[in-house]
This record gives sequence, C-alpha cells and structure tokens, in this order.
Amino acid sequence: MSNELQKFQDPGLPEHVHRKTDLDPKAADRAERQVAILFVLSAISTVVAIYSYIFIPDNQYFFLPVMGDTNAHQLLLGLGMAFALLFIGLGLVLWAKELMPDTEVIAERHEFRSPDEDRADFVRTVKEQASASGLGRRSLIKRTLGLALGISALTPLVLLRDLGPLPKKELEKTSWKKGTRLVTDPGNRPIRPEDLEIGAVAQVLPELVEGQERTLSDIGKDAVLLIRLRPSEFQLDAERLSWTHDGIIAFSKICSHMGCAVALYEQQTKHLLCPCHQSTFDVTRAAKVIFGPSARPLPQLAITVDADGYLVAQQPFTESVGPSYWERSS
Amino acid sequence: MSKVERIGGNVASYVDDRTGAAKWLRKNLTKVFPDHWSFMLGEIVLYSFIILLLSGTFLTFWFDPSQRDVIYQGSYEPLKNIEMSASYASTLHISFDVRGGLLMRQIHHWAALIFMAGMIAHLMRVFFTGAFRKPREANWLIGVGLVTLGIVEGFLGYSLPDDLLSGTGIRIAEAIIQALPVVGSYLAFFAFGGAFPGHVFIPRIFTVHVLLLPGIFLALITVHLMLVWYQKHTQYPGPGRTEKNVVGYPLMPIYMAKAGGFFFIVFGVTALLGAVASINPIWLYGPYNPGQISAGSQPDFYMGWLDGLVRMAPPIETHAFGHTISWNILIPGLIVPGILFTLMALYPFIESWMTGDKSEHHLLERPRNNPNRTAIGAMSLAFILVVLINGGNDIIATNFHLTINQIMWFTRIGVLVIPPLVFVITKRICLSLQRADREKVLHGRETGRLVMLPHGEFIEVHEELTPEQKFTLTQHPQPAALIVPTTDANGVLNPQGFKGRIRARFSQAHVEQIDAPTESEAKALGGGHH
Amino acid sequence: MRTVRINSGIKKISRYRRHRFAGPALLVVALISLGATFQVASALPSTNKMETTAQSTLIEEGKQIFARGCSSCHGLNAEGGSIAPSLIGVGAASVDFQVGTGRMPMQDMSQQAMRKQPIYNAEETAALAAYVASLAPGPDVINEAQLTYERDGNTAEGGQLFRTNCAMCHNFAGQGGALSQGKYAPTLMGVEARHIYEALITGPQSMPVFSDKTITPEEKLSIIKWIKAAESEPNLGGASLGRVGPVTEGLLVWTLGLGLLIGIAVWLTAKAR
Repeated sequence: MSNELQKFQDPGLPEHVHRKTDLDPKAADRAERQVAILFVLSAISTVVAIYSYIFIPDNQYFFLPVMGDTNAHQLLLGLGMAFALLFIGLGLVLWAKELMPDTEVIAERHEFRSPDEDRADFVRTVKEQASASGLGRRSLIKRTLGLALGISALTPLVLLRDLGPLPKKELEKTSWKKGTRLVTDPGNRPIRPEDLEIGAVAQVLPELVEGQERTLSDIGKDAVLLIRLRPSEFQLDAERLSWTHDGIIAFSKICSHMGCAVALYEQQTKHLLCPCHQSTFDVTRAAKVIFGPSARPLPQLAITVDADGYLVAQQPFTESVGPSYWERSS
Repeated sequence: MSKVERIGGNVASYVDDRTGAAKWLRKNLTKVFPDHWSFMLGEIVLYSFIILLLSGTFLTFWFDPSQRDVIYQGSYEPLKNIEMSASYASTLHISFDVRGGLLMRQIHHWAALIFMAGMIAHLMRVFFTGAFRKPREANWLIGVGLVTLGIVEGFLGYSLPDDLLSGTGIRIAEAIIQALPVVGSYLAFFAFGGAFPGHVFIPRIFTVHVLLLPGIFLALITVHLMLVWYQKHTQYPGPGRTEKNVVGYPLMPIYMAKAGGFFFIVFGVTALLGAVASINPIWLYGPYNPGQISAGSQPDFYMGWLDGLVRMAPPIETHAFGHTISWNILIPGLIVPGILFTLMALYPFIESWMTGDKSEHHLLERPRNNPNRTAIGAMSLAFILVVLINGGNDIIATNFHLTINQIMWFTRIGVLVIPPLVFVITKRICLSLQRADREKVLHGRETGRLVMLPHGEFIEVHEELTPEQKFTLTQHPQPAALIVPTTDANGVLNPQGFKGRIRARFSQAHVEQIDAPTESEAKALGGGHH
Repeated sequence: MRTVRINSGIKKISRYRRHRFAGPALLVVALISLGATFQVASALPSTNKMETTAQSTLIEEGKQIFARGCSSCHGLNAEGGSIAPSLIGVGAASVDFQVGTGRMPMQDMSQQAMRKQPIYNAEETAALAAYVASLAPGPDVINEAQLTYERDGNTAEGGQLFRTNCAMCHNFAGQGGALSQGKYAPTLMGVEARHIYEALITGPQSMPVFSDKTITPEEKLSIIKWIKAAESEPNLGGASLGRVGPVTEGLLVWTLGLGLLIGIAVWLTAKAR
C-alpha cells in the first residue's frame, strides 16, 4: 500500500538552537560559577570523609529517622566519599552541558561490505589458501589433526583429576552405627527418652568416639532431628514404627531435595518444612512429601535405648541421606 | 587558553613523533556518539565493573580465602570465641576492624548488584530497540556471555565469606552438580575435594572470582567496546538521522566530559548506597554449618529467578536400574535455564531467519513498531518475573499475609499462563500505539481545547504535527511477509517443506503492522484538521 | 490557639461531608467505635468482680475468669473442645505466655493467634495461670529471679544455639518467617524475656517444645541474651532493610540504585537550554 515515494520526507536535522550560555556571557559566567561550586563541594566532602576516618571513633552511634541507630563513622565516611565523587561527576557533566560546544555533528557511516572486487579478491585468496593447504584433498591429514586436537583437550581434563577423591561409597555413609548415642547439637549431651516432652524437638548428632573430631562434612551428613509425638499419632507400617521409640522419631535433617537443613517443625500440623524450597514432609507418615519439589521422604533413623537408658541408633541409615545423585539406587 | 592550546599541541606532536598515529587519532578523537539516556545503561555496567575491580582489590588486602578453622577473637562481641573458617573471620575483620572496610564491602556488593541490574537493563534496551540486528550479532553474543558469566561471578562472590547464607547457596549448587547424570557425584567430589563442604572450595572459587573470571570479563568487555567503536553506535530515528550517518557529539571534549562525569556519578551513587544501606550483614548470618539454616534463605536477585524455578519444580525423580535422575533439580536448575539462554543467544539469528532480513541496520526501532519482537521480549520478562516472585515467596507471604502454598500454586500455573497472555496483550498494545501514531499524523495532536462552532457543535482543536514529528512517526520500514513457495519453479514440492511453512507463518506474525500513514493519505484528508 | 486548630480541623472534615465516600466511611468509624466499646465493656465486669471477690483464692478467681472468657472454646473444665485443645497439664507458663502476649483469648479462629494488646491484666493472668496449674502439674511461670540472662548468659553461645534451633523459623536475626499454609513464626524483636523462655518450654501453637534436658536453662538464658543483643544491635552498615536477606537488597538496587542512575542519565543527555 505504501511505497517509498509517498512517505513523509525527511526534513533534515533541525536547526541548532543556541543555549542561553551561548548567547548571554552572564549566563555563561553563572554556569562557570555553578560548576566551580560543585567542585568545591566535592573537595569539602573529601575533607568530611577524611575527618570521619581519623577523628570519629567507629563505636559512635546516633539516631536517624528511617535508618535507626546508625554508625557515625561508617555513615559520614561513606557520605563524604559518595558526595565527593558525585559532585565531581555532576560538575563535569554540567560543564559539558552548559559550556562545551553542543552543536550536533553528523558523521557518515562507512558500509562494512568491501567493494566487490576487494571482496572477490579476498574470497579468492581464502579459497586458494584453503586449497594450498590441501585440507580438502588430504583427508587423512584433516582427520588425524582433528583427532590430535580433540584428544589433546583431554590432558587438561585429566590434570584436574586430583582435585578430589573418587566418591566411592562415600555418599552412602554417615557416622551413624548400631548403638551410636544421639547427642545434642550443640552441647554433645546424650538424651534419654524422658528428657523430651510431647511436642518437643531436639537437634542431634552422633556421639563422638574418643579422639575423633567433628568436621562440617560430618555434620552435613549426620545431622538428625528428633521429634516426640503421641505414639497414637503415627501412621507408620510395622517396620517404621519399630524404628521409633515411645513416640520419638528421628529423621535426617539434610533435605532429600537439595541438602538444606530441614528443621522447621510445626508442632500442631506435624509437618516439617524446608525453608530453602518449601518441600513439606509429614512426620506422622514417615516424612512423606506432601508439598514442594522434593521427590523423596527424609531418611528415617531407627532408634532405641541402650542399657543406660540413652537414645541410640538401632542401625545405620538404610539409605543415602541428602540430595539425589546418579548412583543412588532408590 | 593559549597556554592550554600550546601544551595540547606539544603533546600531540610528541605522540605523533613516536607513533605516527596522527591521522588515526584525529579521526577517533572526533568520533561522533549519539546522545540518549538509554545509551548510558551500558556505561553504568562498565563503570560498576571498574568500581568492582577497585573495591575488590581493596578487600583482597585483608580477605583470607581459607576454610581452616579459627577461633574468632575480633571486636564483634556476639561471635567471640566461636569456631569459624578463616574466610568468615577475615570478612568480619574487614567489616569491624578495618576502618572503612565495611563501607568498601558494601560498595563492592552494591556495585555487583548494580552491575547485574545494569546489564539486564542494557540487554533489554538492546533487545527492544533491535540494536542486535546485523551487523551487531557478535556483540549480542558477547553480551549474553557477559550476563551468564556475571551470574556465575556474582554467585561466587556471594559464596566467598562462608557465612550461613552463602554456605546454603553453595550447598544448593553442590546438589545441582551432584544431580548431573553419570558424572554428578564425581564432579561434586572433585570440586569440593571430597564430601561437601570440605576445606578447599572457598580457596578454589576465590581464584576463579578474582583472577579467571575478571580476566575473561576484561577481554570480553574490551572486544565489546572495540566493536561498538568500530561499527559506530546505533541511533534512534529522527529528522536528519539515516542508516548512513550518525548524529551526535564528538568524543573530545563533550562526550569525554559527560562519560567521565558519569563514571564519578555511578561511583558516587554506589558509595551512597554503601553508606546508607546495609547489604549482606554476614555477622548476623553466623558462620556456615550444614546443620543450620535461616528462614528466608535467598540468593541475590540475579539468581532469585533460578531459585524460584527450583522451588516450583514438580517433585519428580526417576529411579531405574539402580540409578536416579532428579528431574526436580535438572529441569529447573539446568534444562530450563539452558534453553532460555540458548534462545536468547540465538535470537538475532532466529529473527533474521524468520523475516529473511539480511540487511544492515543502524537506526533503532521504537518497540511499538516491531510488535512481535516487543511481545516476545515482554513474554520472556513476564516468565522471569513470575519465577522471581516465587523465589521470594516466603518473604512475600509474610509481608502480604499470603501463604507460600498459594504463591507456589499461583506461580506454578502462572508461569505457563501469564507469559503467553503477556505476549498477546503486548502485541495488541503495540498495534494500538501504532494506530494512535497514525491518528496523530493524519489528524494532528489532541490539544484538549474545545471550540464551539457557529452552529453550536463543539469540536476539539487538533494541532498539526511538525514535519519533523511526522517524519519520525512514519519513517519505519514495513517489510512484507516472507513468501516461502510450497513448490519451486519447476513445480516440484519445495524441499524446505514443513520448515518453510513454519518460517512463512513466523514471518507473517512478525510483520503484522498498522500501515504507516503516507503523505498522499494526509493530502487526501486535506491537512491535519478535523 | 487550641480552639483555632480544632476549628480548622472540623472545617477540614466538614469539607468532606458531602464526599461520596462519606457515608460508608462514617459507617466504618461507627462500627469500629461500637466494637471498641463492646471490647472494653466485656473486659470491665472482670475488674468489678476482682473487687467483690477480693477475699477468694487466686484459683477460684481464675476459675471464674476462665468460665467467662475461655470455657466457650476450651470447655468448662478446660478439657478442650472441637476447636480448642485441652489445657489440662499445659501449666501456668503456657497461660502466662498465651494470655500475657494477648494471643489468648483469640479474636478470630480463622488464622493464627496473633500477638496483640493483652485483654487481661497481670493479676487476672496470674489468676488464670493459677487455675490452669491447679488442674494438673505443668511448667510454672518464669519469674524475674530466674531470668538472669544478663549475668549467666553467653551471647556467642546463644547465637550458636539460636542458629541451630530457632533461625530456621524465626530468621537469622529473629525477624520471623513464613511457615506452611499461611502460618508464620513471629518476630522476636520486642518480646519480653519471660515470654521467650515460656515459649521455649511450652511450645505454643506451631512451635515445638525445647526441653530443659536438650537445651538447658543456662542455654535458654544464652539464647535470650543473644536475642536481646540482636534487638539492641544498632545498624552497623546503614539502614537495615528489615534484616530479611537479599530480597529487599534487590528491590532497593532496582528502585533507588538504578532509578537514581537512570534519572541522572536522563538529565545528562537532555539538551541544555
């Protein structure tokens, strides 16, 4: 419908409108003074920053609306620095806007495409070079070169091998063994069933063997949450019920989704919630997933009491704790 | 003045005596740059990168990237005598026992957020105005690379202090690595030097954070800027502005002064944020311990959308033949982001394939004049926004008296429904705006002034647009849809077949436009009046 | 002076008299004041009662308050009902926490019991607590002499305990957080030490119980000391942004940060006149 001929014509660049500062020397002088004031303000701000660095102790606070009790040292140092920079910037821009020539300039673009003959020349050269190398004809060279280049990338990869050990069965193991006592975290005190009221929780770890130290990697697999309910509230099969003791049930605290600590226990609903991605587990049904992205229940730790009446593990975890991985069998 | 001129002259001769670059320098010092606020977004990114280098260097003077256990003995009482990693302790040291250290830490973190926010804003500007079109596809690809690396670099920086929040982030990253089929647990053990969290990860990512990635950034940014320089900047359409020229101000002195001034302004604003607003108060988070967690554990915003995706994923895992595939991690953590970033990187090529447009473009398009592209962009933004909301669902729930379950279901459904809806609505809005433009050109601008005609009728006075305005509103090219014949010249079925039909369909959608008014139409109406 | 101000205020209000929302607004105001009067009225008789039964025992007094204010949900003998749990054996501490923080009596069953202005005063609460404690043994009210956290607590240890046991719900700085289905863990800022202690041993609402054997009384005092330290901690790095983590930081950078920069960029590229 529309073609180029009928289009509105380009009236060309509008005529340059002079600024006040171009026409009125007084305005120009005023602009100069404004720029100078900004630069002076910047210098004053720097003095404020240096003053607060040296003379304001870093434990001095004062009250500011909105911000509350604020550290004077940090605030004045920061504000001094900020305004020192800001005023330089504003001054420079004002100078450029008001006093530097503001006539718009037109520059021509050059077409990126080279003239046809140059281009043909170039293409011919590339072709000639390509055929001179014989890549096209000597396919043996091409293939072996490809092989050599491809395989050479393996060396750096192989060199990275010693970054860490092989996982082996490491992901399946925790420190929990038959008879390991459950101790409080922190505090490392063993727990008796009667220590926990109904509705109580306790964050526990396996008791340390003499001379053993607990690393963060251990906690990352061993952390367990102990919860006491009324035994009648459980909806468990016989085996899982036998893993509890007198209403006390133990789950791995490491989320079966991405490994955050799932410790957010709602006593009324008996739900465990992971604050990272909101997987919700039903404690009464062996931590069955009832909401959120996790696909597996939290592993349950079988517990009982030892001769001294302290809570202990009946057996190690029967499945890997924490997030899934390729070799995981269930 | 004359003194300045004399010194300047001497410097110029001195340089040319030794380089012979007089001609080249003269040309480049008078290089013309168009002026528009949206062209400053990229500069925000460049300057915050420089701020990051400066403040980051300051932080390395005290930061100890080590996971060896230390007992904190610094001046922050609530953590005294607590066992923690050296990297956490040294971050506390920077915050409380190095004067101005906390300020610099906050400047570094705020600059990182401005860096990422600026990149996203710059990317949106380039996308919505079509600045990525030929010949600038390479720069688009570099930009997409920079965004991707920026997310990684930001995440590593967030991880370095080894506080409870960053450790939780690393834990989640480890779970994503571990979820990779076949190689997952091996890669995780290599990266962490054994079981998570181990003792080597922080020192390793420190090197990547301060050396490898900044190096790559520097190289990519240099190429990015050299291409902008060489290809000359794009410009918005308007009178006197054509595909063959660039209208603006010369580099020296005006653009130099403005750009230099803007560097100080960006630095000043970042320092202002660092002075008045607390960011990442790691002393409140406590040292990392895998057995601890805080409510509302969130990543920074540029990772927030990923976290939101992971939260809304359906709980699906495959267990077969003694192996496990965690779709609930792989889909939101790798597959969806992978597809998104690939599509984003390839978009210039996809668009040029759809439209068959192989010509050079230096004039930008107003977003409304390319409704299909604008709608695609708005749709993508809607997607990211919906998942980002889910990434903060717990904070939103407590602040707006909603439930996390409601927000989760709203976004789970919304992520499928809202983006297509936004596509349709945006496209309609663009076409309406085009219609309004057409109306304005043909009938003038509504002034809001009412006039009573002699016979009593009221009419609104319409003011005719200036020729400049008319040109600006009508100059955009309106290409016809690509015709992909189903049969070739010999009547043989087109080998492109199905692919060709899809291409034709896309092309048709892409050229949907309101016809721009022409001068002849305007003449036929007899001026711009009612 | 004062009359002038009031007059101008009235004038201001009367200007809105014919506003189309004036009717509904007046209705809302009327309803609120009616509700408030009713609230006060329903609380008043108990104070009158106090005077007349000054001689009777605390338990007897508590029983009467209970019968009036609590029994409709919790049953005449605190045995519980379909909508409220039994209070037998919850102990005085539980009553002191629930009533003392205004959570009980609940105003609205549809949501979580919220902290609000207590309806019963200290004596009435004590009476109620004495009555509930008389039904069956349970945790006792924590008195000030037990709250020696300033002396016996250790802030740093308390922080450790807090992060392991409390932060998952109440957030790293005690600001509170979301639970499932719209429930939430309230903020701990401004909560009295006694109430924190009582909550730990009684497990109100969604909160589990933290037994004295797993978290010893000294450890509980340390937790309280840490919470108090967090509460009074000044803003070390500037405005705290709510201490909820990166969400508010992200919001600020997109609004104030980028907003300021874009604003300046608009000024920078605008042509001077």
